[in-house]
Amino acid sequence: MTSVEMRQVGKKLPELLLTQEHHMCPGCGEPLALRGYLEAITELGMASRAIGVAGIGCYTSFSMTMDVDLVQALHGRAPSVATGVKRMRPDSIVFTVQGDGDMVNEGLQEVLHTAARGENVTCILLNNGVFGETGGHMTATSVIGQRTKNSLEGRDAQYHGYPILIGDLIARLEGAAYVARGSVHNAGAVARTKRMFKRAFQAQERKEGFTFVEVLTMCPTGWFIPTLEGPDYMNETLGEVHIMGELKVDGVVRTTEELHDENVRKAHEMEQALARGGIDDHHD
Amino acid sequence: MSAKGSVTIDVEVCKGCELCIDACPPHVLSMSTPVNHLGYRYPELADGCTGCAACQLICPDFVFEVFRAPRGA
Amino acid sequence: MKLMEGSEAIAEAAIAAGCKFFAGYPMTPFTELLEHFARRLPDSGGVCVNAESELEAVGMAWGALAVGERAATGSTGQGLSLMQESFSEITLAELPLVIFNMARGQQDYFQSTRGGGHGDYRHIVLAPMDIGEAVAHTQLAFHLADKWRTPVLVYGDYLLAHVQEAVDVTPMEFAPLPAKDWAVDGTLTGTGDSRIVSPLGFDKAGRPSEGIENHLRAIVAKQDRIAAEEVRVESGFLDDAETVIVAFGPPGKFVKYVVNALRAEGEKIGYVRPITLWPFPYEAVAAASEGVARVGVFELCAGQMIDDVRLGVLGRAPVTFIGGISTDGSGFGVGPLLDVELIRARILALHRDEPMPPLPHNERQF
Repeated sequence: MTSVEMRQVGKKLPELLLTQEHHMCPGCGEPLALRGYLEAITELGMASRAIGVAGIGCYTSFSMTMDVDLVQALHGRAPSVATGVKRMRPDSIVFTVQGDGDMVNEGLQEVLHTAARGENVTCILLNNGVFGETGGHMTATSVIGQRTKNSLEGRDAQYHGYPILIGDLIARLEGAAYVARGSVHNAGAVARTKRMFKRAFQAQERKEGFTFVEVLTMCPTGWFIPTLEGPDYMNETLGEVHIMGELKVDGVVRTTEELHDENVRKAHEMEQALARGGIDDHHD
Repeated sequence: MSAKGSVTIDVEVCKGCELCIDACPPHVLSMSTPVNHLGYRYPELADGCTGCAACQLICPDFVFEVFRAPRGA
Repeated sequence: MKLMEGSEAIAEAAIAAGCKFFAGYPMTPFTELLEHFARRLPDSGGVCVNAESELEAVGMAWGALAVGERAATGSTGQGLSLMQESFSEITLAELPLVIFNMARGQQDYFQSTRGGGHGDYRHIVLAPMDIGEAVAHTQLAFHLADKWRTPVLVYGDYLLAHVQEAVDVTPMEFAPLPAKDWAVDGTLTGTGDSRIVSPLGFDKAGRPSEGIENHLRAIVAKQDRIAAEEVRVESGFLDDAETVIVAFGPPGKFVKYVVNALRAEGEKIGYVRPITLWPFPYEAVAAASEGVARVGVFELCAGQMIDDVRLGVLGRAPVTFIGGISTDGSGFGVGPLLDVELIRARILALHRDEPMPPLPHNERQF
């Protein structure tokens, strides 16, 4: 058997992460998104001017472990803080990291106003359809039928109302330039989501307006399921309602049909690439 | 036949979520019998790795380092 | 010297102090302050954002402060109520926010001095009595905020906002301040030395972290140091006073005027005018109440500062409230009780141990 010189693919840790250990649960999707946006910043050469603004949720512990100049905000309030940062430092790359409870419950008006104003910041939403940090309660993005600690029989439209599809809502605001919804339920989706981060940061750099990347993540603890079932559960509950894809590109809102078709095509592409030996990051 | 890829597995930080097992296209990862110091079983590598890095992409705990032979080798 | 309404003077003073960011939401009688900032800040390289809510206004100021700029926000009491969580956390994050309360009276004393939000915190409160003081206090506010890395609130009102006076807004000189080596601007990202601005008492991984308990205690210890150093108070005619009147803000100026006049008539009356509402001048009030027959407190509200006066007096003399709720028909502005003759009658009634005259009624209703 010949021994061939192998080269390293990717990195074990993103460059912008100070420590490997974290306290997220087994099977949590948030670290997958974290790797995506940190690597996107590094690969775009934006590290030396990147400023993060973090909300409050499980992901708040990353505020201390990201090697990123960071402002810790309150629950729901990151978009306004990001606005102040960007207005005073317009050449920096400013991004927020918020959960669905943070952004779509407490902070709904903040993100909508920031998007409407077309602030040149990138808001990142980690959407797992629950308040994870407090133990698994319903949020404004939880889907009908989803069981949570305060919708034990499943979210009921009559009693609990309907979920807010925040990515779709923001895409319809004129101030929003690039709006995408990715997910981290399989390797292909993770790779695709990282490209969304890159396009969002690039659009911010070109001062095109507000950019938004929503990422559907797994929360097996908050969903009360085994870790292995996380990806399927995510795909079959949140994924059926909050449709993946680039919702708005270059100012044009894509239709649900266009998104569905593209999702099928991309998922297939990614699967094929992985089967052939890897997803090449130079492809689009 | 020489391996097309390989991974190193940081077994002590694994939290046993098993997402990598399903994610691996050639199905060369399986969970161990012994547990690490956290009490979790961890993935072990069999022959046939292609270095596609699906495991690295899907792992929430930064367990994997991935190596790939040049294509066509 | 230029004739300006108070709101304009305050905005000019803030700009003279180097304020580069302001965000606010229109609300009477604060609105004109926002208008003046909107008009004038861009001229000096600053930014004024008409925030869509008070919550977002204080959030934006938070971001501007975190990158090391001088920033302010404001409202009237109702709007500041909405901002309280952020005020509390900004105090914990040790950011130098300047807050303007153009209040609808003096009933925001508790909100200002008890820390209207949650937690063991206080912020410095300056209570100017007229526009000249408001201009000086505005510049002082930015200096104290940076000196102590803590919010400073300037307590104004409808009168201060809308009266016009000849004002000189030249930049004042202050002692030099250390560089803001805690601010973030992105340049340290990826160096291993990146910074975090946070209320939570945690630093980046790998650096020693005081933790939340030590952090909360350190904030309180800092507030104790502020209380020891930054008390400001004005008083007069105390040496042989039998009656001492305590009042703050523009009503304090009215009381000063009345006491001056009564002294000229031979009445043994003195006054104490707290200038910092926090830290409150307990020692000055204690000293003033030594050997007097009575202490009166005049406020345009139901009586809030009177609690602090009682703490300062600590039983040395009876403390009587001689103010009251008095407002105009809109509820935003100045009521008929802010009147030299009426105040004089109430002070004399107290001084002579006679019944207090009834409160005036505002006849015009909206």
